[in-house]
This record gives sequence, C-alpha cells and structure tokens, in this order.
Amino acid sequence: MAKKPVTFTLNGAERAAFADDGENLLQFLRRGVGDLGPKYGCGQGSCGACTVLVDGAPHLSCLMLAEAVAGRRVETVSGLARDGALHPLQEAFMDGFAAQCGYCTPGMLMAAKALLDRNPRPSRDEVVEAIGGNLCRCTGYAPIIEAILAAAERRATA
Amino acid sequence: MMEFRKEFFADDRDDDLVTIGQPVRRQDILGHVTGRSPFYDDHLFEGLLHIRCARAPHHHARIRRIDTSEAERMPGVVRVLTGRDVPRNLNTLLSLLDFGLDDEPILAETKTAYRGEPVAAVIAETEAQARDAVLKVRVDWEELPHVLDPEESLKPGAPVVCDVYPLNRFVYHGKYDHQKLRYGDVEAAFAAADHIVEGRYQMSPIEQAPIETCGAIAAPEVNDRYVCYTGTQGLFFSLGTAAKVLQMPSSRLHFVGGTVGGGFGGKVDSVHEPIAILGAMLTARPCKFAWDREEEMQVGAPRGAERWYIKDAVARDGRILARKFTGYFDAGAYTRLSSYAVIKSVGHLPGPYTIPNVSADVYCVYTNRTPSTAMRGFGITGVDFAIECHMDKVAETVGMNPIDLRILNAYRDGDMKAHRRVAKNCALVECCQVVADKAGVTLAAEARDATSLTGGGGARGELPAFTRTDDHGRVEGFDTGSYARKGGTAPASASPPRSPVPARAEGQRASAGGSMPPADAARSRAPAQPQPAPQAPVQPPASAAQVPPASERTAQPGAARRAGALRFSSLSGFRRR
Ligand code: FES
Ligand code: FES
Repeated sequence: MAKKPVTFTLNGAERAAFADDGENLLQFLRRGVGDLGPKYGCGQGSCGACTVLVDGAPHLSCLMLAEAVAGRRVETVSGLARDGALHPLQEAFMDGFAAQCGYCTPGMLMAAKALLDRNPRPSRDEVVEAIGGNLCRCTGYAPIIEAILAAAERRATA
Repeated sequence: MMEFRKEFFADDRDDDLVTIGQPVRRQDILGHVTGRSPFYDDHLFEGLLHIRCARAPHHHARIRRIDTSEAERMPGVVRVLTGRDVPRNLNTLLSLLDFGLDDEPILAETKTAYRGEPVAAVIAETEAQARDAVLKVRVDWEELPHVLDPEESLKPGAPVVCDVYPLNRFVYHGKYDHQKLRYGDVEAAFAAADHIVEGRYQMSPIEQAPIETCGAIAAPEVNDRYVCYTGTQGLFFSLGTAAKVLQMPSSRLHFVGGTVGGGFGGKVDSVHEPIAILGAMLTARPCKFAWDREEEMQVGAPRGAERWYIKDAVARDGRILARKFTGYFDAGAYTRLSSYAVIKSVGHLPGPYTIPNVSADVYCVYTNRTPSTAMRGFGITGVDFAIECHMDKVAETVGMNPIDLRILNAYRDGDMKAHRRVAKNCALVECCQVVADKAGVTLAAEARDATSLTGGGGARGELPAFTRTDDHGRVEGFDTGSYARKGGTAPASASPPRSPVPARAEGQRASAGGSMPPADAARSRAPAQPQPAPQAPVQPPASAAQVPPASERTAQPGAARRAGALRFSSLSGFRRR
C-alpha cells in the first residue's frame, strides 16, 4: 500500500508522518501520529467527536484526507492546555459539569475554541450554532452551552 | 431550583445533602477536558489486527453451509473465525447468575434468528481489508418464515425463533411461561366496580446510542495470559462471560476497563471481548473488534419494545380497587437481559399507587428482531409510561383532575405494596402537590392537605386476606433446580425443597405525623376482599391456612429456597427470606 509523507504543524510543533493511501485525518492522527485526543464516534460526519481545527477552522477529521493537512496548522484537544495552564474552556467545562463520559468533550472543546477565537463574546444562539454538529448523549447540552458562555465571560473579564 | 425535603427521607439519610444544587467537579474531569481519559481504543498496539463480522441478511434463516475459503485468500486476511472455533459457542448473559438457559451462539452455525446476526469473524491487517473480506464469506442461506411482533409470536404456529425456548417465551423459575404477580382478587373487584377502565399501550425499541461505539482490544500477555481493554459497563460480567465462552480460567484473563464513552445499558452484553480474545489466541497478535456506527445502531441491542394491556376496577370517587396487567416484552431473538427486565417490571407493579387487588402476567417474548438488553430503567420506563397514561384515562372516566386522582391513590407510608413489602419514604403526594403548584392547577381540598406521612398503614398495610392464584402458563420439562439446565433430572412436577417463610412487613415507620384518620382507614378497604381479617403485619397471612378450591392454589408468600451459591433473586431485590 502506497504511503505518503505528510508534514504539518500539530499543536504548534512541526510533525511529519506517513499516511496510508486514502487514510483519513482521524486515523492518521490517532494511529500514525499518536495523538489520541480526537475520537471516533461515527466515521461518517454525523457526531463531531473527531473535530479538530485546521488553520483555525473546525473540521471533521473523519471526513478529511490526511494528506490534505500537508503544510497546514492542525490543533487538537491535546494542545489546548499550554505550559501546564488549562484553557479557559477547559476550566469552565470542569467547573460546570459539562462532561460526563467525556467522549464528546475533545470535539466539543475544539468546536467551542474555534468559535471563541473568532468571536470572543458569542451570544447563546451563536454557541448553540457552533456546537450544532457535535452530539453529546450524556449531558443534555445545557451545561456545555453554559460552560462555553462562562469561558467567554471569564476571558473577557480576566 | 432543586429542593430537598429531607423529612421524607429521614430514615434513609443522616447527612445534610449540602451538595444538591452545588457545582461539583467529577473526579475524572481533568482527563476528559485534556483528552487523556483512556478509552479502550486509546491503547496503541504494534501490529494490531482488525476484526469484522459477516452477518445474516435475513430476519430468520437456516445456514446450509458457510464457505470462508475465498475470504481467507483476500489480501491482508490472517484468519476467519466461525462458530466451530469458539470453545463454547452457546451462552446466555445471566447464566453467570444461573438465570436462564444458554440460548445464543457467539457466531451462528446452524441458523440465524435476526438480521445482522454474526456468522463469521474476519481478522485482517487493516479494517478496510477486513471489510472487503467480509463480503467474500459465502453463506448458503435457506430463508425461514419470521415473526416481528411479540403477540404474533405467541400465537400457535408462529415460527420458532430460538430452539431453546420452543414456545417463543422465556421460562420463569422453571415453571411458568411468564412472570406472575397475584395479590388479592382482581376478578371479584371487577365484578363489583363502578367503572372498568381498559387501555393498550406500547413503545418501540430505543437505541442507547453512546458516542463511543462498543468494542474491545485483546492482546497476548506474558505467562499465557491475555489482556483485554474494553469499553464494557460490566467489567466482571465481561470477564466471566469471556472465561465461560473461551473455557479458560478467568485468572488467565487480564481485563482493563472503567473508562466508558457512554453506555446507558448498551455496553453490558459482552459481545466483543470473547471474540477479540479468541482472535488474539488464534493469531498470537493483538486484535481489535469494534462496531462502526452502523453496527451500533443496527445490531447493538436496544431497550426492547413493550406492549401493555391494563384493566382497572375504579370506584365512582376515583379509588382504584383493582388493576390487571398483561405485558409483552420484545426480547428480540435471544434473551440477553430481557428476562431480568420483566422481573424488574413486575416488581414495580402497579406503580406508586395503593391498589388492594393486583394481577399481572408479563411475558418475555422472542421475535426475529435484534436482541434487546439493558437501558436506563429498562423494565420500568415502558410500564410507567403505560401506567401514567392510564391514570389520566381513569381520571377522565370518573371526571376528576388527574393530579387529584394520583394523590388519592398514591402510596402513603405504611401501605402494603403488591409485591408484599411495606411502603416507606413515600413522596408522590408531595411531588404531585409541587407539580400542581408549578402548573397553576388548583387541587381539591383533600388533595392539597394530604401528606405521605399520614393516612397509610393500618388496614392499608395488611396483606389481602385472600389471593386468587392459578396454574395459567404452567410449563413442563424445565428443571426447577437449576435455571441453567433444561430437562434436568428433577421432573418439573416434583416440588423443589421449599421453605415457606411468611412475608415480612418490614420497615413500618414509627408514626411520624400522627395517627391515621378513620376516613382513610375505611377508604382503604377493598370492597372485593372477603372478610379482611385483622392481622398483625408480621404474621403469616391467614390465607396460607385456607383450603383452596381444587383449581386454585393459595399463594405462599416467600420464595422457595433453591440450591446454588448466588441466586439471581438476591440481585434483583427479591431477597431470599
Ligand atoms: S467520527 Fe467524525 S463526525 Fe463522527
Ligand atoms: S459527555 Fe458523554 S457524550 Fe458528551
């Protein structure tokens, strides 16, 4: 099976790894690169557990070819905390009971980060819109929405 | 706003429950928000193989022949497993508790009973190769007539879903083709009632739909052991099942779990672990067996469908004097946990209401649908839906506000429940009052003033003087001594050793809110009960000494004692007494 070298930036660091022909970004990150942050929930673009940011925009990594990130900037939940300090979204999720099983959380956090990066004070509707592609079977969403709003608030007043 | 009225649970709790309404951090939350929680698929193995199953395309079919030779020659395929490779290719989940007969193959060999039942497991270098090879497993099918509705399945001449239970229903206690509840005499109450209210209710299956699909990874370890990383909800359940199916001591299996990406009951069936371990045994390499989303939705066992018939005898003033249930649980093709769902369900009847005469016949029925299993309150949720719809219907019939009707019939502390336990820590009355308040419903004066602490007990706390029993649904040929063996040495007609111990009325709370008003005492007596002889709740019911008519047997409260170290009854709440 043909393998292709893919060079890209993962959470700020240069990375290079071989991708199988036709391999999707989710499998490439998890098996090829060893970043286990993004999760498989459906492999067909319907759950959002695999959400990562590519050049700052949220993407479903299960629907993206690995080679498509060559030369681009990829962010996953694994890089959200910096220098031992949690991201305000992580703090807010912890304080607000915004995760139960935690399986949707990596995708939720990345969808929320993409939102706050481009819109630091989103309305509730904008939050709902931003995580509209991320399914959570445990929490009923309300604590997640509250946590994202709280994180925005915390950042604005910090 | 969360409100906790501690006076209603004073017996249960001595803490102050100060955390209610307060934010609390989960102990596993840091792992969740940093993406470091170790779900089973977050363990990387060098040379991991992937398992995918070939599945039945029909609802019901005989397998004439399985030919795996072409699949075995496909690129990347390491091995193809069939039922012949499984050391013990017949199991039922609750056999670990000696409850039920082994009825389900791990990989079907002679016939399949639902669409999607696995017949072969392909082990390949990549998932894509496993998928491709699955399409090359050739099965010579002979389609059989199928049945998809539980009541159709009980009709004479219906296709036999599962040969182990030729009547298409689970056998309870080796004796009956359904689970029974008999309390008082519903027929006499129906004859004397002002109103008879009947209803039919049903609900469809519900998929648990965890975001992490079910799966497991197994790998050879040192010292002839195998490690298994799994998303199971019941780690020891899966361990015991794997040990049984693979016929190896559990000490050779090292299970790692505890991080579950959502379960909701759908991750107890232990489907993946035995096959993943078998793959690791036969290939000497790490093997992953996981469902994709489509399989999770199609062959993952859901909460089963239920259908209920309820018939009430109701007095003009809204008191429910008798309630009769006939229930059908759609187990799908195999038992899994449906037998237990029925036990739970019957223990819950007639809902949170004091009804002096209750009868139930509840069937665990096999159909050619996906097997059903546990899900959040399974066994209770469906019948609660039916009961509460029915309460509204009763209220409509007698022209009462439905909340008033519920308060009138609600359990009070000290009341006897149909499963012969005394009600305590009741709070339905108060919940109804809060609901009425929030909904802006004005309650009748008696309902507004009612409390769970008063009005119960006394005559309402006594067992019925007479309970009508019957032999309806009696079956022969199932050994009563052990659930796990069919047609054992003890003939079904021979009684197991019995040790009838009287039902004990437990936990009667010291009157916390004054004595019972006389009006309630009078109201509580069912008109249908012949001569309710006053008796202390701790004594055996007088009926135990009566000579019943030939066709009837008097109920013996207290379960017959059986051999066996761990009885299912001790887990389902019906403790051996
Ligand atoms: S795994 Fe990518 S959307 Fe579900
Ligand atoms: S926390 Fe379990 S799916 Fe969202």
